[in-house]
Amino acid sequence: MQKAVITVVGKDATGIIYRVTGVLFQRNANVLDITQTIMQEMFTMIMLIDISMLNISFDQLVQELNQLGTEHGLSIHCQHEDIFNSMHTI
Amino acid sequence: MINYSDILETIKMIEQENLDIRTITMGISLRDCCSDSLQTVCDKVYDKITRCAQDLVPVGEAIERKYGIPIVNKRISVTPIALIAESCGSEDISTLAHTLDKAAKATGVNFIGGYSALVHKGYTKGDRRLIDSIPQALAETELVCSSVNIGSTRAGINMDAVREMGAVIKKTADLTADRNAIGAAKLVIFCNAVEDNPFMAGAFHGIGEGECVINVGVSGPGVVANALKKVPDGDFSVIADTVKKTAFKITRVGQLVAHEASSALHVPFGIVDLSLAPTPAVGDSVAHILEEMGLECCGTHGTTAALALLNDAVKKGGIMASSHVGGLSGAFIPVSEDAGMIHAAKCGALSIEKLEAMTAVCSVGLDMIVVPGHTSATAISGIIADEAAIGMVNSKTTAVRIIPAPGMDVGDELDFGGLLGRGPVMPLSNYSCDRFIARGGRIPAPLQSLKN
Repeated sequence: MQKAVITVVGKDATGIIYRVTGVLFQRNANVLDITQTIMQEMFTMIMLIDISMLNISFDQLVQELNQLGTEHGLSIHCQHEDIFNSMHTI
Repeated sequence: MINYSDILETIKMIEQENLDIRTITMGISLRDCCSDSLQTVCDKVYDKITRCAQDLVPVGEAIERKYGIPIVNKRISVTPIALIAESCGSEDISTLAHTLDKAAKATGVNFIGGYSALVHKGYTKGDRRLIDSIPQALAETELVCSSVNIGSTRAGINMDAVREMGAVIKKTADLTADRNAIGAAKLVIFCNAVEDNPFMAGAFHGIGEGECVINVGVSGPGVVANALKKVPDGDFSVIADTVKKTAFKITRVGQLVAHEASSALHVPFGIVDLSLAPTPAVGDSVAHILEEMGLECCGTHGTTAALALLNDAVKKGGIMASSHVGGLSGAFIPVSEDAGMIHAAKCGALSIEKLEAMTAVCSVGLDMIVVPGHTSATAISGIIADEAAIGMVNSKTTAVRIIPAPGMDVGDELDFGGLLGRGPVMPLSNYSCDRFIARGGRIPAPLQSLKN
């Protein structure tokens, strides 16, 4: 299974999770884990998703999520999980 | 499942602390491009570079997007051109520099290195032709970088080459006087040059290397400085441990990117260069790491010790994170490319003499130092000789990349822009070394060379 990590940070508003998961549903990415909190009025979310069944390339998904972030004033990163595994596990 | 705080730490390193992969450098052997006709050499060189590196930039950009980490430079290094051009009889080989420039532009890379000669023990005809052509080649091309190795622990120092390179640096700066003497910033004089260095301007593809190889240079001075901020009262064991842990993490990303690039390009992985390479950006400075250890300003007493600790800890932390470590590996101290160094040089805390001492314990040498335009060629040769002596005796790489800025004097500032930054003109000794440099010949290899 190929996995990616999505991080969303920005000013809290309604519908952020809805919008992000909307893109994921459309692109056939399965959500495996979510953690979300509000820190000093800032919305912070980390999601782990399965990207092995995507109906577009991972590169395109990254761009779509970036675009969504730009439209709604959020910082959205979608990164292959290997960068975190490499850095933090031996 | 990955720990959430680890995820946020990685993102903070990239977003706020300027963590990046400094370069993916493709080393390409041009040994099969020799011919007795210069035109044939040029054609073969262009074809081979553009064929091998055609996917380098797009693959690099795809990796950036996949892992969400910037890869600042994509570069090419080639076999020292003096070797390749030797077999053609032409006296003027600067056409080959234009070919390299054209090939670099066609592939979209930032720089191409390897307009180089290795003359640590003596010159061949090809070496002479190449060195003669350096000023013109660097003035007429944009992306070509040049280096000359004039000494080694095994061979000693070729003082004829040292003398000549002083004049070549002067001429190169003069020919590009209208462009901030940029030519001299693309020329490095080495002692103990390494064959797998991915960093410019000194990269070349050594003759012991394979057909084509991927080398990666990491960076991250900002990440190290921020990690040290969290241990303000720690003793030096704590400082060293913190640097080691951080270097490990940084290098693991370099290893990941190197493997990914190697498999996507179907080119063997060479090495990861464990370097702390600064940029002029705020928060990306090696000098600030030293200051974080407790120095009021980089260059004051204690700076050499701080740098020695940093350089060693970076290597210790990085070496376990990569399967093959090589290149220059350590902390770079280029004055014009480091906001903290620029400040230290401007306020007078950092002198060229202190920098020379620092080069005995850092990864390379006197790098990106701007000196007055009236500096004599022999004074530059003297600086090269001093630096080469440090490298030769300590069995390490040392280098000189110095810019005699035409028409400028102490108090002026030369601004290159971009990653090359800006440097205040630094004062040199007012006393002559003319008679010393005029002697010529070779400084014999030191006792350390007799290891067998």
